Amino acid sequence: MIEASAGKVRRVNGPVVEVTGLKGIAAAELLEVGPERLPGEAIMIREGVVTAQVYAYTGGLAPGAEAHGLGRPLSVALGPGLLGGVFDGTMQSLGDAGEMLSVADRLLPRAGRRWDFQPRARAGDDVAGGTVLGVIQETPAIEHRLLVPPGMRGKLTWIADAGAHSSDEPLATIGTDLRIQFSSNWPVRKPRPVAERLPAGQPLVTGQRVLDLLYPIAKGSTACVPGGFGTGKTMLLQQMAKWSDADVIVYVACGERGNEMADVLDEFPRLVDARSGRSLMDRTVIIANTSNMPVMAREASIYTGVTIAEYFRDMGYHSMVIADSTSRWAEALREFASRTGQLPAEEGYPAALSSNLAAFYERAGYARTLAGAEASVTVIGAVSPPGGDMTEPVTAHTTRFVRSLWSLDRDLAYARHYPAVGWTDSFSRDAERLASWHAARGDPLWGARRERVIALLGESDRLRSVAELIGRTALPDRERVVLLAAELIREAVLQQSALSTNDAYCTPPKQAALMDAVLRVYDRCIDLVRAGVPASLIEGVDLSALARAKDLGGPQDTEAAATAADQLLAQLEAIK
Amino acid sequence: MIQSRSLPVEYSHVTSVEGPLLVVRGVDGVGWDEQAVIKLDSGELRHGQVLEVDRDLAVVEMFEGGDGIKPDGVRVAFTGSPIRIPVGEGWMGRVCNGRGDVIDGGPPVMGAEWRNVAGSPINPARRVPPRDPIITGMSAVDGLATLVRGQKLPIFSVGGLPHLELAAQIAAQASVEGSTFRIIFAAMGITNADADLVRDALEERAQRGELALLINLAGDPVVERILVPRLALTIAEHLAFDLGHHVLVVMCDMTSYCEAVREAAAARGEIPGRRGYPGHLYSDLAAVYERCGRLRGRPGSITQLPVLTMPAGDITHPVPDLTGYITEGQLVLSAEMQAQGVYPPFEALSSLSRLMRNGAGPGRTRDDHLPVSAQVFAALARARQARELEEMVGADALSETDQRYLRFASEVNHSMLNQRRDEARSLDDTLDRAWQALAVLPRRELTMLSAQLVDQHLRTEGVVG
Repeated sequence: MIEASAGKVRRVNGPVVEVTGLKGIAAAELLEVGPERLPGEAIMIREGVVTAQVYAYTGGLAPGAEAHGLGRPLSVALGPGLLGGVFDGTMQSLGDAGEMLSVADRLLPRAGRRWDFQPRARAGDDVAGGTVLGVIQETPAIEHRLLVPPGMRGKLTWIADAGAHSSDEPLATIGTDLRIQFSSNWPVRKPRPVAERLPAGQPLVTGQRVLDLLYPIAKGSTACVPGGFGTGKTMLLQQMAKWSDADVIVYVACGERGNEMADVLDEFPRLVDARSGRSLMDRTVIIANTSNMPVMAREASIYTGVTIAEYFRDMGYHSMVIADSTSRWAEALREFASRTGQLPAEEGYPAALSSNLAAFYERAGYARTLAGAEASVTVIGAVSPPGGDMTEPVTAHTTRFVRSLWSLDRDLAYARHYPAVGWTDSFSRDAERLASWHAARGDPLWGARRERVIALLGESDRLRSVAELIGRTALPDRERVVLLAAELIREAVLQQSALSTNDAYCTPPKQAALMDAVLRVYDRCIDLVRAGVPASLIEGVDLSALARAKDLGGPQDTEAAATAADQLLAQLEAIK
Repeated sequence: MIQSRSLPVEYSHVTSVEGPLLVVRGVDGVGWDEQAVIKLDSGELRHGQVLEVDRDLAVVEMFEGGDGIKPDGVRVAFTGSPIRIPVGEGWMGRVCNGRGDVIDGGPPVMGAEWRNVAGSPINPARRVPPRDPIITGMSAVDGLATLVRGQKLPIFSVGGLPHLELAAQIAAQASVEGSTFRIIFAAMGITNADADLVRDALEERAQRGELALLINLAGDPVVERILVPRLALTIAEHLAFDLGHHVLVVMCDMTSYCEAVREAAAARGEIPGRRGYPGHLYSDLAAVYERCGRLRGRPGSITQLPVLTMPAGDITHPVPDLTGYITEGQLVLSAEMQAQGVYPPFEALSSLSRLMRNGAGPGRTRDDHLPVSAQVFAALARARQARELEEMVGADALSETDQRYLRFASEVNHSMLNQRRDEARSLDDTLDRAWQALAVLPRRELTMLSAQLVDQHLRTEGVVG
């Protein structure tokens, strides 16, 4: 590569740095500025002046300081060592950094690590992007498959023997000069290629009843979680990170609280993944760019996160990116736009906000990988609407691009109904396809049951506002039973305690059992009312046994729900 | 006490003075965010910070504002480093202004070391989750929204309510078990009368060498307010992470702070966001609020108690809204509770300490603490419904149970939450008062408490369940 000429810093305004004299630099190229070699990205080139966003504190940087182009876009090194790690938005390892972050951390030499490599290809094989060269048991839960990077093709002329190799040794050679190591670079803003995109039709089981039963998401799909502060957004996302049946979770803490990260890092290693029986950290990669860390690295963090998820997808895994919160990412865009004097569109956000959001969510998908496996990237983004205003630009645009919306309701949160996913604004565009999936697997009524429950909740909301005016006792008996049933659905099924060992995670059979139990009781109540039993008598029956059933047995238990329902049906029989 | 000694290179080519901003031409090697010292004709010194450097131009924001500055009669020097202050135990017992200059008549504070007031972000991978309580002596906080060491828990108030009294009372009487405790009280934009109130309340603790007071009065330079929390937190970080103290930083009023940020942003001609606040207010507030917590392998902690007044009581206003997104819960004060004669006028149902479940309960406070507070919250929510019903149908039409709930709420407000302004309650006293209030309810209503806890604690004289 030609040594690019050094440029000079001309202007510094926080993370915005203007450089002149950088010959041959490309837009989106990475550069280093000043004596501390602060990393930055060229955003604009105008009449010889490069405007860069710098991913570190620029205090002390003065006009006249040197700057160099690095000849490559913002990239991350992908290879074994990601799982269980904690990184900042530009993929600097936080595990290796000091207590207080400084720009000097990134210049620290990294300890090379040795990995046990098992070759899966042989010298002489014809290989292309996606071919599995070998595997590394990176963690007990995940086998890391070392692939030929996308775009490479040729004859494998040499491959390393099985055994421990260090991360800076070559592992294979393709043709005469393409060398493969454990780690390869990929530009974060560029989606990694797949062989073909496939329709998403398999459920991603989150273990959260309100999501799996009412607003399900498919593997490879997208969802957005808008919620004002105090509505339990982060709690819900952490629950998903803990219990979802994705193979690899990339958790991006984008501009959020430091103590929440401390909680995750404290809790995840101790929690056991229900499927692999291993520590949750073994399948988790954490990108932590908390709110007080450099703003532009926050902007990069969600791309870093989704790139890692794509990397694991390419190995044939179902991976999931959880970005908390995309609003903070959008604010970083806005801050940069404001400092560079771009024309603002809505609420000061740059006009490119909606296209950037769309492009980000578009990186989710169910696909056939270059290696031929079916795998997926699911993207869940939190949104933090200012003042709970759902019409603000980030929320409004995100809603247009995602397939599921889990809208957190302040009234539910206020009533300590968690997870506070409301049923008036939430939607799932995957529900129909997933209903066919359930139907094909022996539950043809899945879709009808879901629609019935959502309709019941909607009707009860309407009835409740009527009841507030005229009093509950003035409602017809059938409608009083609807109110009762909706309360039962809320308490016995939708509310779920993240703090309870029995209830934090719920398997699909238990979910179905709880829902069936409630619907059986509801149907019986309707029959009784039709037979002339007054609603007041039914309201007098203590239904709390059903509300407690979810917490009586473990995550797989279906007995407690059935028993509670039988018991209530007997009690209802007795009042006839 | 930010640096103000004479510096070798001085620049005198000032091209413009606009509000707090000063533009100097002909500078060489001046870096972004450097500290500037501005020397007026009269010999007066002002202090500032470099907001932008563009070739040989430097834009300086002056904390004391631009009034009285003549462009041709002023010299500007740059210190070559960001704004720094000395740190150390020397701050304890001292009172200073918003720039850190002592105003208690004593000598300047000497410190072993000078530190950048902007601080450095704490590595999230080196944090430990907050786990242990601070006992504030206030039943409302300790009982229902426990403050945890390393937490940031703001007080949301409105004008006219005694939030300053509450903050000062907590600063005066809070304690941690078995460790040393230090308090930094940073007041921003408060009136002279309020400053006197704070001084009086904190005098004793300051004399014991456990507290420092930073005061920026309502009449003091506005832009200086941006500096105040940063000075306080720089001193606190040293006390906590180098010297091993548990430190509580009280910051009042954060709304005044945010207004100063808005004023400075407007002077720079930044594009305004919601209600005229700049788009970077979230990052700015986070840079302040995130400077708290605990570090692995270090004994100390920093806990923040920011106080803010919600303009017109609007919780969706950017200041409480952005604060709520960063902090770990909120303590809400309301005019309604004030009207009932309750001090502190704590609105329990709107308040929440997100870290309470980690910092209270067995081994930390008392075994019954978490279930009792959960039961009190649940019963208060039910009492609110009963009150709404009462307003529609009248008290006589309420069921016996609903009437009990109303009596319960009144008991909580007047016997548990309400306390004297000089009263430091023990946690035992607080929880016993909670049980006393719960005794008003029929026993079957106490669904969140185990039978064992109820038998152990509930005194049911004269109460039938």
